[in-house]
Amino acid sequence: MKRIISVLMENESGALSRVVGLFSQRGYNIDSLTVAPTEDETLSRLTLTTDSDDRKIEQIIKQLHKLIDTIKVVDLTGGSHLERELMLIKIRAVDSEIRTELQRGAEIFGGNIIDVTPTSFVMEMVGNSDKLDAFLETVADIEDVEVVRSGVLGISRGEKFLRV
Amino acid sequence: MELLSGGDIVVRALKDAGIRYLWGYPGGAALHIYDAIFRQEEVHHLLVRHEQAAVHAADGYSRATGEVGTALVTSGPGATNAITGIATAYMDSIPIVVISGQVPSSKIGQDAFQETDMVGVSRPIVKHSFLVTRSEDIAETIARAYYIAKTGRPGPVVVDIPKDITDPSYKVPYIWPKKIALRSYQPSQRGHKGQIKRGVKTLLQAVKPVIYAGGGVIIDNASDLLVDLARQLNFPVTNTLMGLGAFPGSDPQFLGMLGMHGTYEANMAMHEADVIFAVGARFDDRVTNDLDKFCPSAKIIQIDVDPTSISKNIKSDIPIVGTCSSVMAEMISIIKNGKSCVNEEALKDWWLKINTWRHNHGIYTKPRYEPSRGNLIKPQDVIKVLYDVTEGEAYVTSDVGQHQMFAAQYYLFDKPRQWINSGGLGTMGFGLPAAMGVQLAFPEASVACVTGEGSIQMCIQELSTCTQHQLPIKIINLNNAALGMVRQWQDMQYSGRYAQSLYENSLPDFVALTESYGHIGMRVDHIDHLEEKMRECFALKDRVVFLDIRVDPEEHVYPMQIAGGSVRDLWLSKTERS
Ligand SMILES: Cc1ncc(C[n+]2csc(CCOP(=O)(O)OP(=O)(O)O)c2C)c(N)n1
Ligand SMILES: [Mg+2]
Repeated sequence: MKRIISVLMENESGALSRVVGLFSQRGYNIDSLTVAPTEDETLSRLTLTTDSDDRKIEQIIKQLHKLIDTIKVVDLTGGSHLERELMLIKIRAVDSEIRTELQRGAEIFGGNIIDVTPTSFVMEMVGNSDKLDAFLETVADIEDVEVVRSGVLGISRGEKFLRV
Repeated sequence: MELLSGGDIVVRALKDAGIRYLWGYPGGAALHIYDAIFRQEEVHHLLVRHEQAAVHAADGYSRATGEVGTALVTSGPGATNAITGIATAYMDSIPIVVISGQVPSSKIGQDAFQETDMVGVSRPIVKHSFLVTRSEDIAETIARAYYIAKTGRPGPVVVDIPKDITDPSYKVPYIWPKKIALRSYQPSQRGHKGQIKRGVKTLLQAVKPVIYAGGGVIIDNASDLLVDLARQLNFPVTNTLMGLGAFPGSDPQFLGMLGMHGTYEANMAMHEADVIFAVGARFDDRVTNDLDKFCPSAKIIQIDVDPTSISKNIKSDIPIVGTCSSVMAEMISIIKNGKSCVNEEALKDWWLKINTWRHNHGIYTKPRYEPSRGNLIKPQDVIKVLYDVTEGEAYVTSDVGQHQMFAAQYYLFDKPRQWINSGGLGTMGFGLPAAMGVQLAFPEASVACVTGEGSIQMCIQELSTCTQHQLPIKIINLNNAALGMVRQWQDMQYSGRYAQSLYENSLPDFVALTESYGHIGMRVDHIDHLEEKMRECFALKDRVVFLDIRVDPEEHVYPMQIAGGSVRDLWLSKTERS
């Protein structure tokens, strides 16, 4: 099952490499990983997604927690939460029919065209990963597509705050 | 406020951390620190002959005393040589701090001379590591390193210090932190009260219980509590290889070691148990054999300070995250103040059964190997003689192989910290430097390194260190002229094809070699001389003595679990199975 895990850690050099190292060392797989400092710049917030069974997830969470720099670890999938991913896509589009179709597609998926040249578009799109996947299917036939995705960001709903 | 250079701060911080000894080896990136050591008298440095030995010696010192051991190495090759030692300490949760010199900050990342990314290379085998970036941070970092190394589940911590920040010309205020508090690390835990109560209830209802105690009990100085609890309950106790000494080896309640080379009775009892009480033990593959066949009827209560050790390999029914000492103390008080008691009838039957196992196949009720005859000395007999001569009171370090297993089986350790071996990593070369660490801690004690002619050659250069620092250890070399444990596996699984496990007459004359370092060497090749030479060896209190004992090369270690089976599927001899 796909899990989204949030980690709050000290914003120290080497902290990220310990997380990444842990996954490769213990044979866990990471599907996506995003990390950046928080509003308190002594802290980093990391979101990672992984596809594992319950037993393994329990170990992953414990192992993440065991890292000395880790302050909190939460499995967001365990409760009500929100997830978002940002995608930037560059698409070659010369033919006017394709250009109109792409604009329509962007509208339907809530994407924004943020750069246009006579032969290409760059589009931004935010949503959960399924939605981004679905959009990519609509452009699967186009040859020149470049995609960059941020990886999943997650936050829980409601009263609980993940902080020190 | 006092102004000190980074180099002086390192040494002052060590002193303020309570460190009296460190083991190490100098080199360019560490020279400012070495000069600072030279200019004071409180922190003593012991020069080794290879950085691996510095770390093993610090590790041995720590295992024997419970204090944090310290090693100091230079950058690049000094740092990489230390890696095997660090990994050894990591696998056995031993608190040590390894300080490594690093190339100057401005050269980091330039492939500078003797540059190795020490923090990167050591990352998977440390509890934590630091790259210090400012002279001002050295004291605080060293204080944190010791705090992290010894608290919670202990382990090695690396502190990598670039040369420029130890420069004697740059001085900064020295501040030793009074207290360390890390918001991301709160180690000590007392255990969940409800879980502890549930644990006690399950223990009291047990009809075929076993206490399975590991190295965690020793690390946490919880042996007295373990003994107290086991006595209250009258339960049988088995120890892991790392746990030997946690429960007295000569006690009638002790079943011996369990696992791959554990006793018949310990493994049988585990397999039939209805309740297994795991204390500071991690269900290592050298204990469990096939996980799917592991102890099918047992309910498992597990105490461990490290949550990742719980339900990692085997699911725990009653997990208790906490220190062995705090949880066992709580359990004892619940039992003492409660009304319920153990099921005495059931325990009587259980002990009867255990005693039958002991009688039929136990290694302590009767020798299960052919007796020594003339020139054919049995390695088991060497350990028995060692035990008798040292009256069971020596510190015994060991290397890795058959000799290690014979020592674990036949030297009955009555006290914790008496048995010092590399259980988790299985590092050949550990025994001699570890013995140096023990001898440094206890100058008056008898310290025996039980080794093999293979293992001893992996750190034999340290005989010179023993000369320089007057560390009169005794080396008991079970010389079977083979990588015996490898050979045993080749006998059992490769039809006796001895691929690279024999030396083809290339072994050194160990007696002459030892003497060349200024020590005493003795050869024993007849059973009639064994005890006499052993006595002579330990009577030479202030000398290093190397006893080179020619033992039967054909001997195997038994019992031995059969791969892919349950814990009780054992070879009992070359021909007999359980
Ligand atoms: C550094 C290292 N290399 C290889 C091994 C694999 N190994 C385990 S036991 C053993 C043989 C040890 O020979 P010896 O020290 O003579 O002990 P014996 O088994 O003969 O008593 C070997 C090679 C190891 N444990 N450690
Ligand atoms: Mg040998």
